[in-house]
Amino acid sequence: MSVSGMFDNPALQKAIFGRLTLESLPLHEPIVVWTFVVVALGGVAMVGALTYFRLWGYLWREWFTTVDHKKIGIMYMILGIVMLLRGFSDAIMMRLQQAIAFGGSEGYLNAHHYDQIFTAHGVIMIFFVAMPLVTGLMNYVVPLQIGARDVSFPFLNNFSFWMTVAGAVLVMISLFVGEFARTGWLAYPPLSNIGYSPDVGVDYYIWSLQVAGVGTTLSGINLICTIVKMRAPGMTMMKMPVFTWTSLCTNVLIVATFPVLTATLALLSLDRYVGTNFFTNDFGGNPMMYVNLIWIWGHPEVYILILPLFGVFSEITSTFSGKRLFGYTSMVYATVVITILSYLVWLHHFFTMGSGASVNSFFGITTMIISIPTGAKMFNWLFTMYHGRIRFELPMMWTLAFMLTFVLGGMTGVLLAVPPADFVLHNSLFLVAHFHHVIIGGVLFGLFAAINYWFPKAFGFKLDPFWGKMSFWFWVIGFHVAFLPLYVLGLMGVTRRLRVFDDPSLQIWFIIAAIGAFLILLGILSFLVQIGVSIYRRNALRDVTGDPWDGRTLEWATSSPPPAYNFAFTPVIHDNDAWSDMKRRGHQRPLQGYKPILMPSNTGAGVVLAVLSTALAFGLIWYIWWLAAVSFVAVLAVAIAHTFNYHRDFQIPAAEVARTENERTQMLAAGA
Amino acid sequence: MTMATISAKDEAPVFYQLDEHPHAEGSSTMLGFWLYLMSDCLIFAILFATYGVLGANYAAGPAPKDLFDLSLVAVNTAMLLFSSITYGFAMLAMVKGRVAQVQAWLLVTGLFGLAFIGIELYEFAHMIHEGATPQRSAFLSSFFALVGTHGLHVSFGIVWLVTLMVQVARYGLIAANQRRLMCLSMFWHFLDVIWIGVFTFVYLMGMLR
Repeated sequence: MSVSGMFDNPALQKAIFGRLTLESLPLHEPIVVWTFVVVALGGVAMVGALTYFRLWGYLWREWFTTVDHKKIGIMYMILGIVMLLRGFSDAIMMRLQQAIAFGGSEGYLNAHHYDQIFTAHGVIMIFFVAMPLVTGLMNYVVPLQIGARDVSFPFLNNFSFWMTVAGAVLVMISLFVGEFARTGWLAYPPLSNIGYSPDVGVDYYIWSLQVAGVGTTLSGINLICTIVKMRAPGMTMMKMPVFTWTSLCTNVLIVATFPVLTATLALLSLDRYVGTNFFTNDFGGNPMMYVNLIWIWGHPEVYILILPLFGVFSEITSTFSGKRLFGYTSMVYATVVITILSYLVWLHHFFTMGSGASVNSFFGITTMIISIPTGAKMFNWLFTMYHGRIRFELPMMWTLAFMLTFVLGGMTGVLLAVPPADFVLHNSLFLVAHFHHVIIGGVLFGLFAAINYWFPKAFGFKLDPFWGKMSFWFWVIGFHVAFLPLYVLGLMGVTRRLRVFDDPSLQIWFIIAAIGAFLILLGILSFLVQIGVSIYRRNALRDVTGDPWDGRTLEWATSSPPPAYNFAFTPVIHDNDAWSDMKRRGHQRPLQGYKPILMPSNTGAGVVLAVLSTALAFGLIWYIWWLAAVSFVAVLAVAIAHTFNYHRDFQIPAAEVARTENERTQMLAAGA
Repeated sequence: MTMATISAKDEAPVFYQLDEHPHAEGSSTMLGFWLYLMSDCLIFAILFATYGVLGANYAAGPAPKDLFDLSLVAVNTAMLLFSSITYGFAMLAMVKGRVAQVQAWLLVTGLFGLAFIGIELYEFAHMIHEGATPQRSAFLSSFFALVGTHGLHVSFGIVWLVTLMVQVARYGLIAANQRRLMCLSMFWHFLDVIWIGVFTFVYLMGMLR
């Protein structure tokens, strides 16, 4: 097929398009083609609607270029939820494949496609679902909890978000242009090296994580600075809300580990692009070096995900028990101990490497020790509930489901921490069941608790409880139906990432697991319906007080949604649970004497840099060297040009502050 | 205007800061930049660790003794150390508010930096010419990755330095520019410290092997 004369000249075509050809489009994969058709139609419909309703200007001015930590937080959450749909589609496709690929059936997914799916599922769920949701939550809540008006570096915050989006976009592009890695979510060499994975899949993997990683590291630095430098007067470290504490520890972990991932992937790309010998089998390379390095990042990563949710559960347990958190100090120390220990356990991911009994024992013991501070936390939550007046609202329900689920998941983790047991269970479905147990039971349940808890703060109305409960029960039941069978299969010796099975006696367990996945699908749909119904019924669900749950921390002291400046007057803190203290001692909102407030200005530089980074990555993935070179120079030029902008603040005049605050006063009076 | 109320005890807690002074702009910048440097330090830590693990895997190829020219590296080290001193002079001039002097010292610093990069590139070219390419062995892969990453940092530092010289020329030693000069100062000295690690760990200890 000759599209034009140009295509007859292979050298010219290669110079312009690199290794991108028409054959790179997966037109032979009907599933992918139909997905593309649906996504494209949906995309066209959305673009059309946005154009028809003239929303582009609004989106650009108020959202894309915003430096407001609250809006950036919400955009992170939206990104996470959208990517959850993609990651879950992968999950349910795998469950279906495994449920039917018995007795000589090949199922409906070929090996090439199936291997991409399990890789993409892991990568998306960790990097583009859990990370954005957790980062979004911290972004939204932390500045409000510490009585600050924004984060330390508002522009950097916007830039970080768009770099995360750029990474997600690259993963999505790989679905329709080329392919994704077929290596599993950590892309171990030598499989991920150029000899065994010569296609673009691993390059998509590397560059999407590198681009998103820049955003994650910078947002980690940003939030540490915010927590260390911008707390309201009187809020000493040991008066910080627990969620802020866990966020601090998480961001310390981010800054302490993401550079490891960056360096490791950079070395892997040197192997692939330049032909060096870091992780090869020849010339002195050592693939196990990669496995060590990637897990030095990878294990702390799971604590990066779970720690903020431990904070969420602490806030919710104390709020819905109407009591101060039991053992605040021990909670903080437990968090810090987990932060440190998380760095000392990475080798338990590959006891089978053969590092010897002493090394394995060391890492087995450190792993088991982590359960001690985690157990302390569990008891603290239980004692907080003890003698409390517990309200079983949605956030509290998710918290209770977490406590039951996570304890079981943690126990199977301790089983895996015993090296001899691990030699049997390594890479089996028992392991798969274990980490889904703690990540879904901990991170995901925590995120749903957090979304139900803070949604009224962000939007001024509660989420619909009926559909929330539907979502809750489908998720909780569905989770157990989907994953408990995997423990059984794992104990019987079934390994992970298999596409077809011989032994027909196993099939029933996979069918049960698929039913569980279907229940989870209903849970996700109920969650989406919950949001839709809540928006539709927003007037009935409205909260004018800004404090719908009788909250205890500062974010509940301001209006819902909070004004751009968060607090007209910076609060002064005297006690833990500052807002509770203020309510108890009869504080009064100051009603006059407003001052102009200095706030950071919006900028489009973050979006531009992220778009250019995407182009740079695309050029590198497809060997389109001119595109990579041009985008690299452009990234530098835009970044430098941005530093010539010295006027990054504007003033909200006192009159406008007064108008906003008076509206709130009237609302409070009307609500009372 | 009552924002303080009487509590059960007879203290009068203040719950809001009514007379607030705007925060000094960039009060978090130094901490933030320090954290960035520490994250960068971890990248170097990984490269050092990789060199430590793979650095003796010569794959029957050349070893440090066959390749390194210590006197050349000593000259190179001197270039970088001098550039740190001259950057220090630029900072002293900045404190005194002398724009011309700051610019002059920055220029000298940049030239030392360029000399360093030039000598390093010469060394690399020489090694590659002798067949000691990054592809030859894991030792050479990790050598080029570690030393090259440092060199890349110095190159970016030079681009940044030129940018700052333009900005100082245009806007003078305003607070924002002073802050930026401080950040680049930390960056530059940080690269010096890393280089001392490279010099000791890679070159000196390499000659001992």
